[in-house]
Amino acid sequence: MKDFRTCATTGLKVHRQADALIKANAVVATVALLVGGLAAILVLLTRWQAIHLLDAIPFYRWLTIHGMNMLIFFIIFFEMAVLYFAGPVVLNSRVPVPKLAWASFGLMVIGTLLVEWMMFAGRADVLFTSYVPLRADSWFYLGVILFAVGALLVTCIFFASLVVAKREKTYEGSVPLVTFGGLTAAIIAVITLAHGAAIYIPTYLWSLGIGNVDPEVYRMVWWGLGHSSQQINVAAMVACWYLLGALTVGATVINEKISRTAFVLYILFISMASAHHLLVDPGFGPAWKIVNTSYFMYMAVLASMIHGFTVPAGIEVGQRLRGYTKGMFEWLRKAPWGDPGFSSLVFSVIVFGFVGGITGVTFGTEQINIIAHNTLRIPGHFHATVVSGTAMAFMGVTYYVIPLIFRKQIAFWSLAKIQPYLFAGGMLIFSIAMTFAGTFGVPRRHWDITFANAPFDLQFSPAVDLLIGVTAIGGLLAALGGGIFILCTVTSVFFGKPMEEGAAV
Amino acid sequence: MHTGLEPPKGVWWKPAHKSEKVWVAIAFAWCMVLFAMMPLWHWKGGQNPSGIRAKVDPMAFQARTQEFIQEYQVGTDQGIAIVEPPPGSDVYLLGRMWAWEPILRLQANTEYTLHLSSLDLNHGFALYPLNINFQVVPGYDYGLKILAKEAGEFRIICNEYCGAGHHLMLGRLIVVDDEGIAESEASEVSGTVFEIEPAGLAAAEAGGER
Repeated sequence: MKDFRTCATTGLKVHRQADALIKANAVVATVALLVGGLAAILVLLTRWQAIHLLDAIPFYRWLTIHGMNMLIFFIIFFEMAVLYFAGPVVLNSRVPVPKLAWASFGLMVIGTLLVEWMMFAGRADVLFTSYVPLRADSWFYLGVILFAVGALLVTCIFFASLVVAKREKTYEGSVPLVTFGGLTAAIIAVITLAHGAAIYIPTYLWSLGIGNVDPEVYRMVWWGLGHSSQQINVAAMVACWYLLGALTVGATVINEKISRTAFVLYILFISMASAHHLLVDPGFGPAWKIVNTSYFMYMAVLASMIHGFTVPAGIEVGQRLRGYTKGMFEWLRKAPWGDPGFSSLVFSVIVFGFVGGITGVTFGTEQINIIAHNTLRIPGHFHATVVSGTAMAFMGVTYYVIPLIFRKQIAFWSLAKIQPYLFAGGMLIFSIAMTFAGTFGVPRRHWDITFANAPFDLQFSPAVDLLIGVTAIGGLLAALGGGIFILCTVTSVFFGKPMEEGAAV
Repeated sequence: MHTGLEPPKGVWWKPAHKSEKVWVAIAFAWCMVLFAMMPLWHWKGGQNPSGIRAKVDPMAFQARTQEFIQEYQVGTDQGIAIVEPPPGSDVYLLGRMWAWEPILRLQANTEYTLHLSSLDLNHGFALYPLNINFQVVPGYDYGLKILAKEAGEFRIICNEYCGAGHHLMLGRLIVVDDEGIAESEASEVSGTVFEIEPAGLAAAEAGGER
């Protein structure tokens, strides 16, 4: 078998190993999405007090499963696929060390299985954040470490693929913007995983009875992992915005200098921004909190504001080049709204920016954090960023990965067309209603806000019941959208009609 | 013109289009406004998360809280001591799996220094119905200057996951006015009853005793 094939749509030379690695990572990501999605439904139906499905301990267990599968396994496996695409595929190059690439993938899968085993066995009911001295079984921490080492190796392979492509002259000029975005994500990933090692290795040893971990130091370093990993997501998501713009409407890059500088701002300023998780913590002084959450965070916010302009502007120019030049808005009216790749892109930009971004920036101030910390406003915010933003963009990309990489036609096309509307619409309702419920002081990560068995009585305003009900309906709509996504992609990949060799998408 | 998938050839460090320059300028100016507001609110705002911060051994904090309870206990509710400390004093609240101890009975319009800490895991201090939230970390004493402006009944929700009984961890806090009466309807209390003051000077005192 030849080492390379030529993609009929993009004209790119695709390394067979890159193909296979992208497929493997995408499949595992989708399995994690399925597990995390089922957990989401169970958690949602429990927090909806009218149904209150699970008991307390299973609730906290499924909440842990939901967080780990969605925020870690689904997203990071998908990002590994994005790196193999943004490196070797976009640059017409090869995967430099295929054996190491597969070994890293194996390491990540073993880590994942260990963590899943511990969670399902009830030996790690510590939620996503696993704040010490809350203790999980040692195997849980070891699983996280193995997973992180595997991911770190993949980012190194990505860096190596840039060097190999440059040396073997597989492209002319500078790397494309999508690759540059992938590079940004990979660099932030190294910073993130360094934090992960710095905290999970001592925590693993502590779980074995060696040494101690200070709870406040844990929170500080852990958020260097927990928040920075969301910045990998942001950088990868923005790279996917440029990618989807190019694939769906031939969106142009208005100015390379501006877009690339914005990516660099992410790298420079995002790590310290994780301090906003510690705004109402006892361990840090006001100067530390203010410097890290104002100066540093707002420069990263600036980067997102820039991409929020250049991506739609690129789409407009691309559409105008395709001949939609009448009036001010023909380019928008005649955009491919029936293409799930395009609608995903639009929703991702809008919900991430307007709902996720605005809530995030406001909660990141000292005074507002006092009224938002650990209430439902926080998950309301990050479901708008990570789910409607990142996950939506990744779903949009998948509608192109299946024909381009798996060489299969998308099954149930008419369902796929409405999927982004259901998913993003549901998530929008979910995020907004949940955020408002949080303004009443409703705690996040809580099994029973009626406080039925607590020593004192507490009754939230009836508005809270309504808002939680709306949250549940939004969440179920989104879950339906997620279910359709899995149905379409799994059917396409395993039972879909193959694309004819050489046929364009 | 090229897409984000094509490598730009030659020099791509070119002047931006006017519309982009305008947008970046607006965005940058807005970020600078936010940047200025952060310290400004800290100086001008009435409610800040700063406080006296000190490391403390969890057992020592528990012992101090027990001492405090024995000194000022006036009653019991649900097996938890009700404590009425002298106006203006240092008051102690201990979070543990899964209760807040003791029940504080405070005077309205009187400043207290509220010391928060935990015996075991991370807990979350969430004052209902005011919606004031602080992280409670074992090994750290978080001393906040508080001033209740009106009498009322309050609840302290734990809003940081702390194990299987997390949702049972609900405490009580009472604020009485001059006549010694707590208003019964907590939910009618307005949003500015508590004032948490920046404790710049107070932070200096933290080092010593504990």
